[in-house]
Amino acid sequence: MHGSGEAEVRALVGVSLDVAAGELVAVMGPSGSGKTTLLALTGGLDAPTAGNVVVEGVHMSELSRRETARLRRTSIGYVFQDYNLIPALTAAENVALPLELDGMRAGKAAKLAVAALAEVGLDGLGGRFPEEMSGGQRQRTAIARALIGRRRLVLADEPTGALDSQTSEAVLRVLRKRCDDGAAGILVTHEPRYAAYADRTIFLRDGRIVDSTGQPTSAVIAGSVESVEYVVPAAEATR
Amino acid sequence: MSIKHGILALLRDRPGYGYQLRAAFEETTGSTWPVNIGQIYTTLGRLERDGLVAKSGEDAEGHVVYEITESGAAELADWFARPITFTDRPRDELAMKLALAVTVPGVDVAALVQRQRSHAQAALQELTRRKLRAEAPHLAWSLVLEAQLFQTEAEIRWLDHVEGQVCRRNG
Repeated sequence: MHGSGEAEVRALVGVSLDVAAGELVAVMGPSGSGKTTLLALTGGLDAPTAGNVVVEGVHMSELSRRETARLRRTSIGYVFQDYNLIPALTAAENVALPLELDGMRAGKAAKLAVAALAEVGLDGLGGRFPEEMSGGQRQRTAIARALIGRRRLVLADEPTGALDSQTSEAVLRVLRKRCDDGAAGILVTHEPRYAAYADRTIFLRDGRIVDSTGQPTSAVIAGSVESVEYVVPAAEATR
Repeated sequence: MSIKHGILALLRDRPGYGYQLRAAFEETTGSTWPVNIGQIYTTLGRLERDGLVAKSGEDAEGHVVYEITESGAAELADWFARPITFTDRPRDELAMKLALAVTVPGVDVAALVQRQRSHAQAALQELTRRKLRAEAPHLAWSLVLEAQLFQTEAEIRWLDHVEGQVCRRNG
């Protein structure tokens, strides 16, 4: 264990979680219970001090920084509460960005981005800038970006946070459909109603899984996460 | 909740006689569930027949005092351990159960709350699945399903609140 000098914090302790292709798992728990940490570990944004994170058979701990970044770009999609879209780029450019970063020609990436936007119900809106879109449209753009290409693990952190209930349900339906089509998903939420879109819900408390609404499905294909122990500096512990 | 489990819960706390149990029952449930003394004695008779309570003697005023047996305590523990199912149960049953759970010594209220929360969340998942599967559903059907969704969601929120209160009380 470590901290930034003074405090020692274990954000997750003894947590083991498998997510199968086609499965959406919701993570619930009070603030500070480790939900966001679990997501950050799964997405390779942080590394566990002990334990493993395995995504599509790849042990993240065995990857170089560069390889981790590449895996994040190609296999893992994020949806954040505040969308994290780049304001200077149009919706289609935002969605195409991960493909272009991965070396795809701009024209081909743009074509795929337009198709991805249509899939989330934003047909014809690819030329709009984020500020010209509603909250729900921005969030669906973020989902299109998270799911474009071969990425089959989608991680959503309070994706409905700032949205009204109707728009939230539309966003959840998109997420649900992508998982039904074969992606593996983890959804962090405070809302029981939105967690109910998942196949099962795990409850975190003080960094431990205290309960679950079901058993994991047996065939683990896409994403597998086993974070046994994870430590964050005290400053991050309240996230 | 049956009067049976209410009486077992009260006797788990301390032995008592009929009128005493009736008063304690109404006090514990906040008078939301009035019972008559006849129901109390009929239930005590059945519980005694089933070996869940036993007469422990008479007090100074001649009241027949009952106490819980080992089988009764096991039945009560089993009841506390089981989630209340969502099939056709009265809404206030869970409130009564929690009111008794915080009254009876030795009940792990936090674990009880979490079990109930998991059960409710699983029910919410099933309701949501039904909602997503329905294509062009009839409005009446949707309204009934939404009612169940809201009720279940409300129960989960209420359980969060109960947990907070219990934590504050214990902390």
